[in-house]
Amino acid sequence: MSSVAVPPTGILARVSGLRIRVRPGTAACAAIVAVIAVAAIAPQVLTHRGPNAIDLGHTLLAPSLSHPFGTDDAGRDLYTRVIYGARESLGIGLGATGLAMSIAILLGFLAGLAGGLADVVITRILEVAFAFPVLLLALLLIAIRGPSVTTEIVAVGIGSAPGYARLVRGQVMHVRQAAYIEAAAALGHRRLTVIRRHLFPNAMRPLVAVITLGIGQSIVWASGLAFLGLGVAPPSPEWGALLDSGRLYITTSWWLEIMPGLVIVLVALSVTSLGRTLQHRLEGAAR
Amino acid sequence: MTAAAATEQTEIDAAAGTPLLTVENLRVSFGNAEVVKGISFTARPGRCLAIVGESGSGKSVTARTLVGLTGLNSAVQADRIDLAGLDLTRQSQRSWRAIRGRQIGFILQDALVSLDQLRRAGDEVAEPLAVHRWGTRASRRRKAVELLDSVGVPEPEVRARQRPYELSGGLRQRVLIASAIALDPKLIVADEPTTALDVTLQAQVLDLLAESKARGTSIILISHDLSVVARLADEVAVMRAGEVVEYGPAHRVLHLPRHEYTQALLDAIPSEHTRGIRLVRRAGESVPERVRKPIDRDRPLLQARHISKVFRGPDKVDRTVVDDVSFELFAGDTLGIVGESGSGKTTSARIALSLLAPTAGEVLLDGQPWSRLTPSQRRPLRGQIGVIYQDPLSSFDPRWPVGRILFDALSTGGRPPSSSAAARARAIRLLEQVGLGEEHLAAAPLRLSGGQRQRVSIARALAPEPSVIVCDEPVSALDVSIQAQVLDLLTDLQDELGVSYLFISHDLGVIHHMSDRILVMKDGRVVESGAADEVFERPRDPYTRRLLNALPRLAQA
Repeated sequence: MSSVAVPPTGILARVSGLRIRVRPGTAACAAIVAVIAVAAIAPQVLTHRGPNAIDLGHTLLAPSLSHPFGTDDAGRDLYTRVIYGARESLGIGLGATGLAMSIAILLGFLAGLAGGLADVVITRILEVAFAFPVLLLALLLIAIRGPSVTTEIVAVGIGSAPGYARLVRGQVMHVRQAAYIEAAAALGHRRLTVIRRHLFPNAMRPLVAVITLGIGQSIVWASGLAFLGLGVAPPSPEWGALLDSGRLYITTSWWLEIMPGLVIVLVALSVTSLGRTLQHRLEGAAR
Repeated sequence: MTAAAATEQTEIDAAAGTPLLTVENLRVSFGNAEVVKGISFTARPGRCLAIVGESGSGKSVTARTLVGLTGLNSAVQADRIDLAGLDLTRQSQRSWRAIRGRQIGFILQDALVSLDQLRRAGDEVAEPLAVHRWGTRASRRRKAVELLDSVGVPEPEVRARQRPYELSGGLRQRVLIASAIALDPKLIVADEPTTALDVTLQAQVLDLLAESKARGTSIILISHDLSVVARLADEVAVMRAGEVVEYGPAHRVLHLPRHEYTQALLDAIPSEHTRGIRLVRRAGESVPERVRKPIDRDRPLLQARHISKVFRGPDKVDRTVVDDVSFELFAGDTLGIVGESGSGKTTSARIALSLLAPTAGEVLLDGQPWSRLTPSQRRPLRGQIGVIYQDPLSSFDPRWPVGRILFDALSTGGRPPSSSAAARARAIRLLEQVGLGEEHLAAAPLRLSGGQRQRVSIARALAPEPSVIVCDEPVSALDVSIQAQVLDLLTDLQDELGVSYLFISHDLGVIHHMSDRILVMKDGRVVESGAADEVFERPRDPYTRRLLNALPRLAQA
C-alpha cells in the first residue's frame, strides 16, 4: 500500500495545519532558536575567538563592543563561551527529552494497549516515579557515576519520563476508541498495521507540542544541575557550568551571571513559546 | 402575495383570532452573511406554528432571536416583533431577562447539553421561578415537583433530587419542558425538542406540547422533520436559505404544497409509500421502478445463529445486551434491524462484522464459521463485508485525505490495484459511483459536507468489493433531502452491484423504505421479524404496535 503515492496538493498542505502565517513574537522566537541551532552546529560561524582562549591581560572586563558579554576571570570572551556552550546545553535538552519520550512511549503504549494487569502495574510504577523529585534522582545517579553530560541526560530524561508516559497512555486510550481504528480493523488490516499507521501518529500528534515544551524545560533543568555542581564541570562552556563558575564574582562582575542566565531564559522562553504556537496550530487543525 | 395566498392568510386569521406574536420582515445577519432574509409570521394563542427547514435555513437563528439570544456578532432588524403589545425589537439585556421564562418559554434541542450536569432536576425547574421572584424557596420547591408531575415525570419527588446524568433522555427533555412552562408563559418556542429522542419518547414529548397548546399556550415549533410537525402544527412556514418559501395551514402545506421545495422535502421522507421508488424526484418526472438483481434465497450469505453478548459492567453485574438473536441475509437482499437506543442493534452489527466475539452462538459468512475463525484466518475474508457508520467523519483518520482513505481500502480487497496509477483510476471510479469526482481525491473529509462524507464512507466500504455492507444508522445525522440522496445512492448501488445490506436504524420510515425483511429488537431480543410490509401492516408483537403508533405520520396533519 505504501507504494501508492498520494498526490500532494494545496489542500493537503492546509490540512496538515502548518500554514505559515507568522506573528512578530513567533518570528523573534524562531530567530533565537535558529541562532542557537547554528551555534550548536557551527559555533565558529558566529565568533572568531576560541572558547578557551585565555587572555590574562583582559580579565573580568565589562561588556563592550569588542566583548559584548564581557570576559571572565581568565580573560576568555564570555560571548564566545556561550556560543560554544550551546552544543552541550542544547544536546542535553534534546537528549533528555528524547530519552524521556522514548521511555514514555514504550511505557505509555504498553499500558494503554495491553490494559489489564500490565496497565495497573505500569500506572503504579509511574505514580511512584512521579512522586520522586528529579533532583534527588540526579543526585543518586551522579553519586554512582560522577558528573558528566551523559549522566545529566539520563537523570533529567528519567526524571521527566513519568509525566510524558501518563500523557502518552491517556492519548493511546483515547485514540484506540476512535471509530477510524475500528474502521481500519473492519477493512482487515493487521493490528500492528493499525497501530503503526493510525494509532501511533494520531496519539502522538498532540504530544509534538508537549515535546517542544519539554526541550526548554530540560535545558533549564540541566543548567540548574550544573549550577549546583552536579552537571558538567566548569572548564566546559556549558551554560549551567558558566553560571556555576561566575558565582564567585557575582558582586563584582555581574555579567558573568546575567549574560548566560539571560541566554538560558531567552532560549527556554523561545522554545516554549514556539511549542505553544505549534500546539495551537495542531489543535486548530485537529477539530 | 398571490390571491390564493391572501385568502389563505384570511383563513388563518379568521380561524385563530388575535395574534399573540407578530413578526414582520425579520432580518438577521452575522457579519456580512445574512442568514434570515426578511421573514414574517404570526403566532396565536392555542395554536402551533411550525417553522420547518434544513440545516442552514435560518430556522434556529429565528427561534433564538425570539428570545433575544441571537448570538455574538449578530445584527437583528425587523419592521415589527410584537408580543401582545410588547415591542421585542427594543429590549435591553436586562428587560429580556424579565421576558424570558415569564412571557416566552424556550425549549432547546439537546437536553443533555442544555442542562447543568451538577444541578438537581428540581432546582433546574425552579430556576425560572427564582429568577422571576416567584414565591418562597419552599413553595418553589413544591411547585417544581408539581411541574415535574405535570409533564409526566414518574416519582417527581425522587426525580427532583436527581441530577441530569442520572436521568434518561426522555426525562431530561421533560425537565427542560417543565422549566420552560414553569411560569406558564403565553408563548413557547421549542427548537427541535424531539430530535435526539427515540420514537416513543418523541410521541410523549409531542403530546406534552399538545396539552400546553390545548390550555391556550401559543407554540412555535422548530423542526427539520415534517412528520413531527404534522402531529402538532396548525400552521407551517417552510424556510430555505433564510427565506420563507411557503406559509399556510398545516394540512394544506403538507398535502397540497405549492412550492417545489416543500414538495421535494415531502417526497424525500422515506416511508411505506416510497418503497422501491427514488426519494429525489424532479417535478413532473416519471418515477422509474427499481430494477433489482435477483435475490438468491437458497443460501444465506451472512447468517447469525442464536448469538448472545453479555457484558460485565464495572459493578460486576452481567448485562445481556444481545440475547439469542438469529437472522439470515441473502445475496442482493436488505435486512433491516430496527429498535430504540439500547436495543442491541449496534452490538449485533459489530458481532456480524466479527469486531466483537459473541458470548454464545455463531456467525457464518458465506458458509464459513466467521465468528470462530482466528483473527489471521478472518483477515483475508474481511473484504467481503464492509461497514458504513452513522458519523463518517469520526471513522476517517483525521490526517488522511479522501484519496488515501480509498487507496488504503482498495489495497485490502481481493483484487488490490497493481500500481498507483491503477489505484488512482479505481478510486476515481469509486468516487464517481457515489456521485463525487476526481476533484475530491485530495479533499480532507473535515472540509466536506455531511452528505459528501457519507458518500466517501460508502465508497470506502465498496472499495474491497464486498458482498455484504453493514449500514449502522447511515443517515441518522443527515438532513432529510441529503438522507434521501444517500438512500437513493444505496438502492442504486444495490441494483447495480447486487450487494446485500444489513441496515440498522431507529427510524421506522427509513427501515420500511429500505428493507426487504425486518427484525424488530427490544432490550437485546428480537421481538418480531418478517417481510417488511408484513411487519408494518400486520404487527403481531405489542411492542412493534406501540412503535408504529408512536411514529409521526404526515397524514396526521
